[in-house]
Amino acid sequence: MSNKPEKLIDKKGLRLDGRKADELRSLKLEVGILPNADGSAYIEHGKNKILVGVYGPREMHPKHLSQNDRMVIRTRYHMAPFSVQERKSPAPSRREVELSKVIRESLEPSVFNDLYPRTGIDVFIEVLQADGGTRCASITAASLAIADAGIPMRDLVVACAAGKVEDQIVLDLMDEEDKLGVADVPVAYMPSLNAVTLLQMDGILSPEEMEKAVTMAIEGCKKIYAKQQEVLKTKYQLVKEGVEE
Amino acid sequence: MPIFFEKRQLVTPGDLLAEGDYLAGENTYLENGKIYAQRIGLVDSENKRVDVVALRAFYIPKPGDIVIGSVIEVGFNGWTVDIKSPYTAMLRASDVLSRPFKPQNDELSQVLNAGELVVAKIASYDRAHDPQLTVAEPGLGKITRGQLMRVTPTKIPRIIGRKGSMISMIKQETNCQIILGLNGVILVTGKTPEDEELAMTAITKIEDESHTSGLTDRVTQLLKEEKQKREEKKNE
Repeated sequence: MSNKPEKLIDKKGLRLDGRKADELRSLKLEVGILPNADGSAYIEHGKNKILVGVYGPREMHPKHLSQNDRMVIRTRYHMAPFSVQERKSPAPSRREVELSKVIRESLEPSVFNDLYPRTGIDVFIEVLQADGGTRCASITAASLAIADAGIPMRDLVVACAAGKVEDQIVLDLMDEEDKLGVADVPVAYMPSLNAVTLLQMDGILSPEEMEKAVTMAIEGCKKIYAKQQEVLKTKYQLVKEGVEE
Repeated sequence: MPIFFEKRQLVTPGDLLAEGDYLAGENTYLENGKIYAQRIGLVDSENKRVDVVALRAFYIPKPGDIVIGSVIEVGFNGWTVDIKSPYTAMLRASDVLSRPFKPQNDELSQVLNAGELVVAKIASYDRAHDPQLTVAEPGLGKITRGQLMRVTPTKIPRIIGRKGSMISMIKQETNCQIILGLNGVILVTGKTPEDEELAMTAITKIEDESHTSGLTDRVTQLLKEEKQKREEKKNE
């Protein structure tokens, strides 16, 4: 596609797409767009386009996977063959299986899974277009879809990454920065409870840099959280206003 | 002991609702002395109790509830019934036949076959056991006529209205018999399909606008307008 850029951050401190170090990419969220699913959400985070459908709680199939004391969460993260430059085989890759697990574990603490034993929910995450940071965008959208399905939750989960590009700590890495940069730190976070549910690091960072990156990522999460709440509320507020006029 | 909401405010999961001397009611939870919302809904408080009326939820069985379900499987001594809940319900043969059930005498699929619909009552349910249904009461049993529709289960109380004001109004205006399954399935039986359609449009309106006030009046108006349109069509 493109040749390797010479510099990821220019003299003015702007990044490849013109963002400042602590600036998020453009964000668009939607909920309840799949009529067949119990809950659904769509996210456009920069060039990422991800669709999430949630089904359940329902009886687990196969039955032996159900647990007598809690509701089971099953996630499937999948990238469409056309989501990346080079065609991706539609079969689940090692990376997708791992991301499914990572996303599930970052969502689990937010759901009251002891209320409905012997049931399960299915979270299907379909990446239609990928541009770095899909796991974070997936978590943000999946959490919205779970809330839309009416499943009781402690809080919405938001995720955002920070990382090191050249010698600067920056927020919300895109594909090129992720690949050519020094380190990437995805963080999933529940803002109301001030709890981190996912923390990963890929690359090399000093303890100080790590701390700075996590703080920056959490700040980014808070900004996304506001949008998440807003989009959930508008869905119902619209009806209310339309009627009261 | 502050409260962080206005009455009937829209909240999302994780919103802080109250702190201190309050009780966590429906769809809320208590953590470190603070009350948060569990679901998308409208907050309400009464006598130091904070509740969220959920806008999206699913049906969880409760003994004594009337539900409408469809038979998904005919078993050896009963039926498996889908009640639009995370749990499937069981209906025992002896309960339907109201006499001891003998496999050699009775063919269960002739009494109720897969795909057929029943109005039933939840006889028992707890965390460890799937719900049991009963039809041994007047008004319960197989459905033979009418149309079905589905709404979010939390909206059934809104359709009933205060002391049944909303539902009795719809019944009166449309000449329909309406059975509200607490699992969100509604059976509308009228003399003509047109009557049924009318009742269904009214219920759909209630579902869409359930979290707004002054709804009964608007529904009454809607029914009157629709009826007038129909009269005009007939006269043409």
